[in-house]
Parts: sequence; C-alpha cells; structure tokens
Amino acid sequence: MSADRQMNTGPDEGHYNFAYLDEQTKRMIRRAILKGIAVPGYQVPFASREMPMPYGWGTGGVQVTAAILGADDRLKVIDQGSDDTTNAVSIRNFFEKTAGVATTTRTEDATVIQTRHRIPEAPLSEEQVLVYQVPIPEPLRFLEPRETETRKMHALAEYGLMHVKLYEDIARNGHIATTYAYPVEVNDRYVMDPSPTPKFDNPKMHEMAALQLFGAGREKRIYALPPYTKVKSLDFDDHPFEVQHFDRPCGLCGAELVYLDEVILDDKGGRMFVCSDSDFCEDRRARGHVGDMAADPAAASLTGSASTSARTPE
Amino acid sequence: MTASPNLTSAALAPAFADAVHDAQSCFRVLMQAMARPGTLQAFDAAALVPEAPLPAALAAAALTLCDFDTPIWLDATLAANPAVAGWLRFHTGAPITSDPAEAAFAFVARPESLPALAGYAQGTLEYPDRSTMLILAVENGSPAPQVRLSGPGVQSSTDFAAAPLPPRFWPQMMENHRRFPRGVDVIFAAPAGFAAVPRSTDLTILEA
Repeated sequence: MSADRQMNTGPDEGHYNFAYLDEQTKRMIRRAILKGIAVPGYQVPFASREMPMPYGWGTGGVQVTAAILGADDRLKVIDQGSDDTTNAVSIRNFFEKTAGVATTTRTEDATVIQTRHRIPEAPLSEEQVLVYQVPIPEPLRFLEPRETETRKMHALAEYGLMHVKLYEDIARNGHIATTYAYPVEVNDRYVMDPSPTPKFDNPKMHEMAALQLFGAGREKRIYALPPYTKVKSLDFDDHPFEVQHFDRPCGLCGAELVYLDEVILDDKGGRMFVCSDSDFCEDRRARGHVGDMAADPAAASLTGSASTSARTPE
Repeated sequence: MTASPNLTSAALAPAFADAVHDAQSCFRVLMQAMARPGTLQAFDAAALVPEAPLPAALAAAALTLCDFDTPIWLDATLAANPAVAGWLRFHTGAPITSDPAEAAFAFVARPESLPALAGYAQGTLEYPDRSTMLILAVENGSPAPQVRLSGPGVQSSTDFAAAPLPPRFWPQMMENHRRFPRGVDVIFAAPAGFAAVPRSTDLTILEA
C-alpha cells in the first residue's frame, strides 16, 4: 500500500492490531451494525469483548468506534459535551495509541464522534458518524426486569407500560419528570433508549443528517438510527414533550438555547452557567461572543483549559 | 465427477492485499450504503481477482463480513464451480450451506434467476437480526428508475434501479418491507460500488 497509509497506520505494526480489536471481533460488530441500521431502534445482541477499561467507561461505544474507524478518520470524543474530561481524554488517547488516527476537538472537523451523554450543539453533517456510549440500552428494563418479557414487548410493539410510567410522572408531579434517557419511538415502531442524554438533545436525533450508532458493552447490545429517521419523544396530547429551558444565556459566550452546566465558583453561593458543549463555547468566544460573566475572575479558570468540574463516568 | 482443475492447482487466488484496512474501507462503504438506501457508494474492488465466476465486488463483501459464524448460500452459478466455495472457505472460514433459510449471507452472481426472497431466513419477531443478507451482483450504470424509496436513511424520497433483476423482484421487496421488522436486507454489488435496500425501506413501483 502507499507510503502515506504506512505512516498513518504505524502503531498497528507494533503491539496492537489496528484499533485494538482483532479482525474477527470487528467483523462480528460490523455485522451487528448493519443489522442495527436495517432495523432502526432494534437492539442487536453482539458478543461484547472485555476492553482495557471498566464497564461504564464506554466499552460499548469504544467497540463500535474501533469497528468502524479507518486510518484516515478524524476522531472526536466528548464526555457530557466536553472534550477534556477524564473519560473523553482516556478514550481519545486509547485510539491515538492503538489506531494512530488523527483526533480533534472541533466538531466540524471530525468524521467520527464518540459521545457520552450529549449531542454536539452544532448540526452534524452526512459525512459524520455519531457513536453513543450506552449504559442500559433497554428502555423497559426498570419497568420489567425480565429480558424474555421485554423482548416479547418489543416483538409485539407493546409499549403501554412505558406510557403508564410517563403517566405516573404526571400523576405525581403534574408534568413528565423524566429529564434524561427520555424514551423515543423510532420510525413509528421500536421504542428506544437514547442513552442518558438530557432530553434537551432528543429533538436533534430526529432526522439527523449523520448516522447514529449506539453501543452498550456490559449489556452487549448495538442499535442504530440511520440518517433522516423519524425519532419521536413519547408524550401525551395534553402533555406534549418539552425540552429544558434555561433562564439565562451561557456566562462565557452568551449562547442561548443551548444546554448549560452549572459551575460552583466558591463556597459563598457563587455560580455560573456555561455551555456543556465546550467546543461550541470556545468557537463562539473565538468569534468574539462574550457572556455576562466572561470578565469575572472566576471565569478565567474555566476559559484557560476550559475544564469545568471533574466528572466521573457513571 | 473429476476434481476441478482449480481445486488442484497450487495457486489459490489471493484475498485483500491489506486484510485490515481493505476490510475496513469496504465495511464503511457497505455501512454508508445500508444507511442511505438507494444511493451508490463507490468502492473499487478491481484489485481483487477471486475464482471465476465470483465477481470481485461480491468477493470483497464476503471478505469483509463473513467468517465461521456466518453460513453462506451460493446461487447455482457460483455453486457450479467448486473453486468459488473453496476460495470462500479458505479466506473466510465460513461454512457453505445449500439451505437458503439457514444462510446468514446469500451471494448471487445471476440475480435474474434469484429464488423467492421468502425462502431466505427472515429472522423472528424477537430476533429480527437472525435473517439473511443478500448480496446481488448487478451491472454498472442504472437503467430507468424502477422504484421510489422512502423511509429511514432517505430524505423524503429517492429513485432507484438495478439490473439484471428477476421480473417479480420489486413486488417481493414490497412484501419484504411489509414483514418488518422481519425480512431480508439486499445489497446490490456493482463493479463501481455498493447500494442497498434494507427491509426498513418503503417502496413504490414506478410505471415503466
């Protein structure tokens, strides 16, 4: 092959096969991905492998990414929207080491984006693939613990139980109190767990131009949303689906209608709200947008490395 | 029956030159084809020279997707030369089956004599993934549009055609879609690349 390819694939000449997984494992995952795309929202069982990181740290997403990644891909990894929290950094380093691929924090430059619990604010393109890390892929699991039963419910499209759960939310709280991992119905058929993204991100899944792949390592399931697929958040006529609203813009970049993280600044009640999507926020600041707390001394520590509070993956 | 000269010849046709990266690039093309039904995704398999009459595009798909877990069904044209099964067995390790209902993949060199789609594994309602994926060798260039596709992966609608196909093919594909989530998924493998129509795609037959 070309010298260029040789150079790009240097690391797999050494201790690891390209992108860590062996070729048979990749084929098995690739077959599951094709089935998942062909049956949108259906959870395809796959023989999830032990990865050199614990369950709960994105082993499912890592296996999906490893199976699709090529030498000329450019990978971005985010954890709760941020490129520089523990989980994102370690997975990015993992693929730099085992696949030697280029990485980026810029959403628009990435060809593959692996995410834990957020969808980037910037719209994704047809050339991109979004890979979700999923802890519990079964939306009915907390309502019905038996796999045999939930499988039958999916087979018969019997999702009454999920509506009862949402109704009980309304009966107790006056509104649907589910705020993350909010169940969606895919193309009028399968009810699917969008992974623990805030429900703020649900509307972005609907008819997204990019292919969306979901990997659950511990639970051994892969599922997918092809581009331009109808994704409807479950609701009721008199209690329509709504996303979270924030009563103030981002303190650093002034962005409105984006998902915000609360950052505690001191022990005297000081706090600010900043974009959860760190690349989106940095990009806006680079283009001259200034939030009302950007001049605050406390904000300097946020804009420096853009690192917010340390988070641990669940 | 005498052994085919191909079986006894010392030189078995080689597989991908770069097993890891060629399979990855072929898979990405297949994934895009499946994710965007009815669009041709370019892939050049010409470097691959498998045993005749196995077309290079079919061979590339087999090397990318098949292994000991995936029974392969071959159509009469491919089954006629045992060297094809020998090549597939050697390079993929996949068992060859004569029962279409048992096949994970069906490779079809002459789609005009394709048996009924309902004869292949359809999966079950509980496990719709346990179905056959058909890979049909088709010609380059598209004839006049035969069907209008819509559904997941298609923005509003797109027109599609492939040749050669058996006369009752598209009505069978409509039935296949009605069986959703059961059903087969079809990949059209041309020398220029791959296109796919998965079971999730809704079809309307266009009047000729």
